[in-house]
Amino acid sequence: MNRRFQSVSGVIVLACAIVVGCEDSSPAVNPTQPVEVKQVTITGASTLAPLLSEIAKRFENENPGTRIDIQSGGSSRGVSDTRSGLADIGMVSRDLKPGEDDLQRFRIARDGVCLIVHRDNSVESLSREQIIGIYTGEIRNWQEVGGTNAPITVVNKAEGRSTLEVFAGYFKLDTRKIHADVVIGDNEQGVKTVAGNPLAIGYVSIGTAEYDRESGIPIRLLPLEGIEASVKNVANETFPMSRTLHLVTKSQPEGIVKDVVEFATSPKVHDLVRELSFVPIE
Amino acid sequence: MIAGSVVVVIGAFVVGESIPALTHIGGSRFMTDESWHPAADASFGQFNLLPILIGTVLSSFAAISVAAPLGILSAAFCQFYAPLRVARWYRLMIELMAGVPSVVFGLWGLVVLVPIIARIHPPGQSLFTGIVILTLMILPTVALLSDAALASVPRSYLQGAAALGLSRATTTLSVVIPAARSGLVTAVLLGLVRAIGETMAVVMVCGNVVRVPSGPFDPIRTLTATIALEMGYARGDHRASLFFCGMILLFLVTLLVTTMEIVNRRLRHGTT
Repeated sequence: MNRRFQSVSGVIVLACAIVVGCEDSSPAVNPTQPVEVKQVTITGASTLAPLLSEIAKRFENENPGTRIDIQSGGSSRGVSDTRSGLADIGMVSRDLKPGEDDLQRFRIARDGVCLIVHRDNSVESLSREQIIGIYTGEIRNWQEVGGTNAPITVVNKAEGRSTLEVFAGYFKLDTRKIHADVVIGDNEQGVKTVAGNPLAIGYVSIGTAEYDRESGIPIRLLPLEGIEASVKNVANETFPMSRTLHLVTKSQPEGIVKDVVEFATSPKVHDLVRELSFVPIE
Repeated sequence: MIAGSVVVVIGAFVVGESIPALTHIGGSRFMTDESWHPAADASFGQFNLLPILIGTVLSSFAAISVAAPLGILSAAFCQFYAPLRVARWYRLMIELMAGVPSVVFGLWGLVVLVPIIARIHPPGQSLFTGIVILTLMILPTVALLSDAALASVPRSYLQGAAALGLSRATTTLSVVIPAARSGLVTAVLLGLVRAIGETMAVVMVCGNVVRVPSGPFDPIRTLTATIALEMGYARGDHRASLFFCGMILLFLVTLLVTTMEIVNRRLRHGTT
C-alpha cells in the first residue's frame, strides 16, 4: 500500500510540474521574482553579442536592479525569439527583410563583412571571380590564385546567420551551391578556425576581425575590390560589403526594454561601439 | 519510477513534435532528397538525413571500437597489474577525466588538435578528429565501469585460478574477463551511448559539413550537431525535422540498451 502511494504521488507531482512548466511566462515580467530585479533577454547575431555585452554591463552599473541576459545563435534566432516572446530584444546583423515588417527596428551600428586568411598566407588580395570560384569549389588550390601549392580549406557560416546572407547576397551566390570544408556558427569560431589553419579562408564581421587582429590573433583581412577592409572604410562608406546592425523588438518597446534600447542606440555608448571596431550611427 | 516516467514523457513529447515532419515530408524524402537544406515549409526545403545519420554512426562506432579495448585493458591493469599506489592514482586520474565537461574537450580539440591534424591533412576538422575526441571522452566511462565489473568478480575465481597455477595473464584474460562479461558489455554500450549523444565537442571539431565522408579526413555532421546548430531559429517543418533527428537518436539509444539487456540476460542465465 505504501509503495503504491509513493508511485502514485510521484506521478501526480510530475504531472503538476509539467503543467506548471508549460504555462506561458514572459521573460520580462516574472511574477516569482521580487519586483526590484528587472530582467531583459537579448538574443541573436553573434556579431552583436560582444558589443551588447559591454553595453549591458554599463547599463547594469548605471541602473542597479536590472539584469540583462545576452545569447548568440544567429540573426534568424534573434528574429524568431523576439516574435515568439522568448527574447525581449533581438540582435540582427543585417537589414530587415520584407517579411519582417512586423518588427520594430533600431539601428545601432554599422559594420562590414570581409574575407580573412591566415597571416602567413602569401595571398594579398582576391578578385571577385576568384572568391566566387573558391566558394563554389571550382578553385581548389591556393596555387591557382597566387599562393602555395596546397588545397584551400573553405570556411562557411551555418544557415540562419546573416553574415552568410550578406556574403551570399553580395557575391550573388546560391547558399546551396557553396562548397564548404568547415561550417561554423559564431564569428569567433570562424576566426579561430582560420587562425589555426594556414590554408583556410573564411569571412567574418570586420569589427570582429579587426579587434581580434589587434589582439594578436594571426589573421589577415583581405581587401575587397581594391578597398582595404577596415573600420575606417566602413565609416566613410567606401567598403562595398557593409551592413547596418539592428536591434529589433516585437512592438513599440516600453518600460525597461525601452530604456535599454534607447541606451544602446544613444551617443553614451559610442565609445564602446568604436572600441569593438564598429561604426556608430551619428 | 519517477525517472522512468520522465523518460517516457520526454520520448512522447519528441515523437509528438516530429509528427508534422513525418506527415509533411514523409519517410522516404529523408533518404532520397538532394541534400540537407531545410526550410520552414516542407515543399521548399531539402531534407536528406542520410549523410548526417552516417556521420553519427561512423564517429561513435569508430570511437567505441578504440575506447572499448583500451578501457577494459586499463581497468584490468588497474585491478591486477598495478601496485596499489599506482592503481589508486591511476583510478583518480580516470575519474577526473570522466568529469571534464565535453565543451572543454571540444575547445581543446579546436585550438590544439585541429591545427595539428590540419598540418597532416587539411582541413583539420574532420571525422578523424571527431573520433579522437570522442574516444578520449568515453574512455574514462568505459574504464570506470569495467573497473567496477572486474572488481565484482568473486574472489573464489581468483583463488581457484591461483590454485590451478594459472599465470596472471591467463587469469585475467581467460577467467576474470569472461566472468565479468555482462558488466563489461554494459560498460561498452554505455560508452557508445555517450558517444552517440555527444554534441558540443562534435560541433567544434567535426566540420559540420553535411556530406558523406569519402575518407577519414573529410568533415562530417552528426545528428546532435544538426539539432544544436539549427534549433535556435528553426520553425515549422524544419523544427519538426529536427525533432525527428531527436527521435532517431532516442530510437538508436533504445535499440542499444535493449540489445544490452538481452545480451546480459543470456550471459547471466547461460552457460556461465
